[in-house]
Amino acid sequence: MNIIVTIKQVPDTNNITIDPETGTLNREGVPAIINPEDKNALEAALTLKEKHGAKVIVLSMGPPQAEKALREALAMGADEAILLSDRAFAGADTWATAYTLSCAVKKIKDYSLIIGGRQAIDGDTAQTGPQLSECLKIPQITYVQDVKVEGDTVLAKSVFGNVRRMVQAKMPALLTVTKEMNEPRYSTIRGIATAYREKKITVWNSKDVDAKPMRIGLPGSPTQVRKTFSPKHEREGKVFAGAPGQLANDLLGVLVDNNYV
Amino acid sequence: MDFKLNDEQLMIQEMARKFAKSELEPYAAEWDEEAKFPRDAVMKMGELGMMGILMPKELGGAGLDMLSYALILEEISAGCASTGVTMSVQNSLFLGPILKYGTEEQKKKYIPDWAKGKKIGAFALSEADAGSDAANQRTTAVLDGDHYILNGSKNFITSGSVADGFIVFAMTDINKGHRGISAFIVENTFDGFQVGSIEKKLGIRGSPTTEIVLDGCKVPKENLMIGEGAGFKVAMGTLDSGRVGIATQALGIAKAAFEVAAQYANVRIAFGKPIGAFQGIQWKIADMATQIDAARMLVHRAAWLKDQGKPFSREGAMAKLFASEVSMNVTKEAIQVLGGYGYCKSHPVERFYRDAKITEIYEGTSEVQRIVIARDVMKQFS
Ligand SMILES: Cc1cc2nc3c(=O)[nH]c(=O)nc-3n(C[C@H](O)[C@H](O)[C@H](O)COP(=O)(O)OP(=O)(O)OC[C@H]3O[C@@H](n4cnc5c(N)ncnc54)[C@H](O)[C@@H]3O)c2cc1C
Repeated sequence: MNIIVTIKQVPDTNNITIDPETGTLNREGVPAIINPEDKNALEAALTLKEKHGAKVIVLSMGPPQAEKALREALAMGADEAILLSDRAFAGADTWATAYTLSCAVKKIKDYSLIIGGRQAIDGDTAQTGPQLSECLKIPQITYVQDVKVEGDTVLAKSVFGNVRRMVQAKMPALLTVTKEMNEPRYSTIRGIATAYREKKITVWNSKDVDAKPMRIGLPGSPTQVRKTFSPKHEREGKVFAGAPGQLANDLLGVLVDNNYV
Repeated sequence: MDFKLNDEQLMIQEMARKFAKSELEPYAAEWDEEAKFPRDAVMKMGELGMMGILMPKELGGAGLDMLSYALILEEISAGCASTGVTMSVQNSLFLGPILKYGTEEQKKKYIPDWAKGKKIGAFALSEADAGSDAANQRTTAVLDGDHYILNGSKNFITSGSVADGFIVFAMTDINKGHRGISAFIVENTFDGFQVGSIEKKLGIRGSPTTEIVLDGCKVPKENLMIGEGAGFKVAMGTLDSGRVGIATQALGIAKAAFEVAAQYANVRIAFGKPIGAFQGIQWKIADMATQIDAARMLVHRAAWLKDQGKPFSREGAMAKLFASEVSMNVTKEAIQVLGGYGYCKSHPVERFYRDAKITEIYEGTSEVQRIVIARDVMKQFS
């Protein structure tokens, strides 16, 4: 079984500030990391590999520097890494990205699962995964917190808001996972050394994956960002009043509605 | 000449830092307070390859070099100095001599489980009357059939009460001075092996330091290292590398103290300003930063020399001497920067100060390092 894990290198937004004037990110000196939920996706793939035996292929579209993210994925235990890198990919929105990834997946050809993180912390759209499954015309299960593989089907627990569903799909299928799913492992020291000394990163450009020029990068992106800005936080706290029992009930209701418990 | 770490080294450093920050630092105060050996954390480090960094892959090690070892140990020691010395003893003082001086059988038997951190190792050289004067051994070993019978006691043994395996030094010929010392691999399950009293200490309280009593301890003769009389060579050769480890531990403690102090100087307000705005504090910060950088360069040079297969005895001693004294000074100054808060257990710098002191003592006191350095320098000018 081959499992493809899609990962994105993102600026560590825990360490980032936004220029209030221009609305752009101050990227200076901000470390680039693997998007956190993509790490959960990789962990899920590695766990399946340990259980069923599988080859885990990490796939990322990004500039040459994204190699570091792929090395880290290899260090955690991925078997192969493919970087989609081409100036022509620049400026892609989620749709162009999904299309580009789908071209690469078609080139990989043999796969049972594609697993990605629910969303990237720099864009927060949660679109690329579902769009990729549409491009490939395969089933998708999103917001996954648990997964089982049996024969040629995948069974996943999907949690959205306070709705929990068990969803079954024929493979190949695509899953997007959330951070609640697992705790990504540390790379071992040996794993890091192997990632740099023994494993290779394959780089593909737009021609390698046979991508149509008008569907990639800026020209292939129907979404255009007109303006970015920091929202002003003007929401006020909510005050509950009443008897203790009622208060506890009200509070619990809010927590449940917001999926905090 | 290149001062830059490569991408692999940077990732190893980042991984170790992340591990130390989330798995050690939050608990280090508790381990110190309760003098608790953090076995679970050490096991996890074993799984990640930190307990056998220089051991070959085929024997379950990580197959890396001394510089990578130093990068990891600095981060681990910054998170918890006690865990730092546990790691250092396992890597340098137990596994190091087995790899360097052991027979093929000894390597196969004793490297894999220890390199993976499933078992813990220790090094038993010191005795009540043999510290700096390590050759003054009283413990004896007498061959009796297939076994050596060891009698005597060892003092101040790091990990003594938790270790499964020990490198033990004993006299096979009491008339030959240091040429009569032999080295043995001893398991805690051997007949006649006992753990004696556990020391109550100023610092590194999460690392148990104990007496080891050998009361007719039966050691299979194939557990002798190299041959009779080679023990002193094993001890000195081992400590050369060990010192680079302790220098790194000292560096890690200093770094941790410095980071707390520098952050504090930016937020503590006195006379209407952050105290870091006062020159008196700035000079401390500048001195600490400079000393730490210099210590790190000495440590990395010694590690690099070892990796190149070049002699590094003098440079290792310099690194240990300097880094341990820097550690003492930086932790002292860090307390000063934090004032009364630094003196109290609500902040970690008082622990760093207590932890730092041992680095000037074990694996050769600062005086002994100066002897090693001076001897080598004088030889050059004689
Ligand atoms: C927490 C801890 C852990 C330890 N772990 C281990 C371990 O795992 N294995 C092990 O074998 N040992 C271990 N030791 C022992 C340690 O290595 C010795 O304590 C150290 O070598 C010093 O020996 P000593 O304590 O006997 O001091 P002494 O040798 O008695 O020294 C006392 C003082 O005299 C000075 N001095 C001695 N000789 C000279 C000289 N020629 N010139 C100038 N000054 C001199 C010393 O520098 C020191 O200041 C540990 C000790 C401690 C405290």
